[in-house]
Amino acid sequence: MRFALTDEQLAFRDAVRDLLSKQCPPDVVRAAWGAPPGALQRGPWDALAEMGVLSAMSPEGSGGMGLDFCWMVAVLEETGRAALPHPVVETVAVLGPLRAPEGMTSAALGGTPAPCAFDADQLLVDHDRALRLYRREDVLLEELAAVDRARRLGVVKALNGDGEVVADDPAAIEAAFDRGALGTAAQLIGVGQAMLDLTVDYVKERRQFGVPVGSFQAVKHRLADAHKALAFARPAVLRAAWSVASSAPTTGRDVALAKAMASEAADHTGRACLQCHGAIGYTVEYDLHLFLKRAWALSRAWGDSRWHRRRVAAAIGI
Amino acid sequence: MDLTWGDEEEAFRAEARRWLTANLAAWREECGGEPASGDTRHGFAQHLLWERRLFEGRWAAVSWPERYGGRDASLWQWLIFEEEYYRAGGPPRVTQNGIFLLAPTLFEFGTPAQQDHVLARMAAAEDLWCQGWSEPNAGSDLAGITSRATRVDGGWVIDGQKTWTTRGAFCTHLFGLFRSDPDAERHRGLTYLLVPLDTDGVTVRGFGRLDGDEGFAEVFFDSAFVADDAVPGGVVLGGVGEGWSVAMATTGSERGLTLRSPGRFLAAVDRLADLYRASGPDPLVRDRIVDCWMRAEAYELFTLQAVTELTGSRAAMGAESSINKIWWSELDVDIHHTALDLLGPAAEVEGPWAKGWQFSLSGPIYAGTNEIQRNIAAERLLGLPRR
Repeated sequence: MRFALTDEQLAFRDAVRDLLSKQCPPDVVRAAWGAPPGALQRGPWDALAEMGVLSAMSPEGSGGMGLDFCWMVAVLEETGRAALPHPVVETVAVLGPLRAPEGMTSAALGGTPAPCAFDADQLLVDHDRALRLYRREDVLLEELAAVDRARRLGVVKALNGDGEVVADDPAAIEAAFDRGALGTAAQLIGVGQAMLDLTVDYVKERRQFGVPVGSFQAVKHRLADAHKALAFARPAVLRAAWSVASSAPTTGRDVALAKAMASEAADHTGRACLQCHGAIGYTVEYDLHLFLKRAWALSRAWGDSRWHRRRVAAAIGI
Repeated sequence: MDLTWGDEEEAFRAEARRWLTANLAAWREECGGEPASGDTRHGFAQHLLWERRLFEGRWAAVSWPERYGGRDASLWQWLIFEEEYYRAGGPPRVTQNGIFLLAPTLFEFGTPAQQDHVLARMAAAEDLWCQGWSEPNAGSDLAGITSRATRVDGGWVIDGQKTWTTRGAFCTHLFGLFRSDPDAERHRGLTYLLVPLDTDGVTVRGFGRLDGDEGFAEVFFDSAFVADDAVPGGVVLGGVGEGWSVAMATTGSERGLTLRSPGRFLAAVDRLADLYRASGPDPLVRDRIVDCWMRAEAYELFTLQAVTELTGSRAAMGAESSINKIWWSELDVDIHHTALDLLGPAAEVEGPWAKGWQFSLSGPIYAGTNEIQRNIAAERLLGLPRR
């Protein structure tokens, strides 16, 4: 029994954190809000590719590193912390273990909209009982106005050809979905942590009644609760990563628990952080909204908390 | 990362399970049926029979050294034992305040003579320890205590009053915090003392908790003279005037890992799920059970993570014990609240869930209220300003 990442896994995380702090500061996320479809800046994406992150989970023979989810869970948390707009979960965690991604890969599973749909080089779609990979130009997309515009959503309207079948075994398709849910759960922890860090810094500085507002118990208690929610959801996400990596029989249940808890923790943290900021948080000029809206989106993507709670209920036999 | 148990741990689990199954049945038989609450005089005596069984089987304090009746068990084995204990339906430990609160402090601050005398008798349930911290005017604000210990030739004279002392009316000894320097204020000038309750001038009055059991006591000290050797090895734990830092070590145990293990809540949630299955489907309640199950599971995982760190490079839980305490205490309330809603009108009849519900409500209050824990978490984990 050892429930912790290895030093090497933590070093990988730190390297990605360092990279994203330089390559994906909030103004890069803002730029993703304004860029026309298909014109997303690729700076952070190319840097991640160069580091090997994008093919990290792909088989070694295909040019990947063959790393399991224990290696990626903290890395994906970092991509959430940076509110990275690019479809890293879809590329690395959903497609990656099936086959090495050739460029930026988005996914539209179960009829959900695809993030960065017009920017991606290829799209993963579940169609005719298989997971199929289509080149971007073989997919007819309709743009959707997302609340978090950095999501850059598109809905698949039509497909040209059969695409490349990357999985047709139902278990493999379900496993791919679970990896998407788990990767998103990891990102949600990161998004929540980013909001909490931003808010803690703010309430230490912001003064009212002659003192920092962070000295008021009403503020302390909300932020302590947000910290608690993240601190207890994080090990649930970590355990699910181990379950996926070791093909544990409880994988489905563990992923469902992780996604439900991470979704709720991020949602809860977002509410607390907005409230503790006061009016400044309720603007698009301040950075909080970039993370807040990401939390709203991701907490419902890849199965919302209610959906995953139903999976848990079924797994525990109630 | 490896979330599987090794052969040695599985063997330990199997041994614990076998012993618990056999001995819980034997104990219940010895009591002539389901024992009374350990917070009543009669039930306490019944629970002491259980505690002595645990001691004889060397299960009373598994993580302690063998010379004091333990097994030198690792934190992992302790967790396994707790899981098995509650899964098997083991009763609340009436010796817990000694074993889980005083003992960790004794291991850290006690002299060898104190440890040799106190620990073995504690594990054997020969000496029964209660906590003397809160006073009528010092609860959350523990540093505001006024009970005095005055140094005299050969010992201490104690005056004052302690209260909310769990099972004080049934215990033999008290560990408490007293003001030994009348000129010092707040956290300074306090001394941690070990006091036999049969000392002249000490009066213990038990009174009913919310559930009516005599689980609370107030303890009056009226010029009570406690000789230096009233406890072999000495009655001062840590140094004179060092009481605050010694006591804080105990609050770490109380809120942190050792008092309320995940096994307790995993077992309670299993019983709740059984109750649901027997009551019939109701989607509104089902989600609350899922919620409780997820939180119990998350608590287990949080603990596994903490134990990994504590068996590695980390020294102590620190302020994380505060969010830990909020987590399990609020979970316990919600588990029992959900059970009452499943029982419906039957919930007003005395029974294990009604009892558990009332007990769970004390969780957010004892060991430092959850409001205080949130302050601690905000100040020490997030770095928010104190004032």
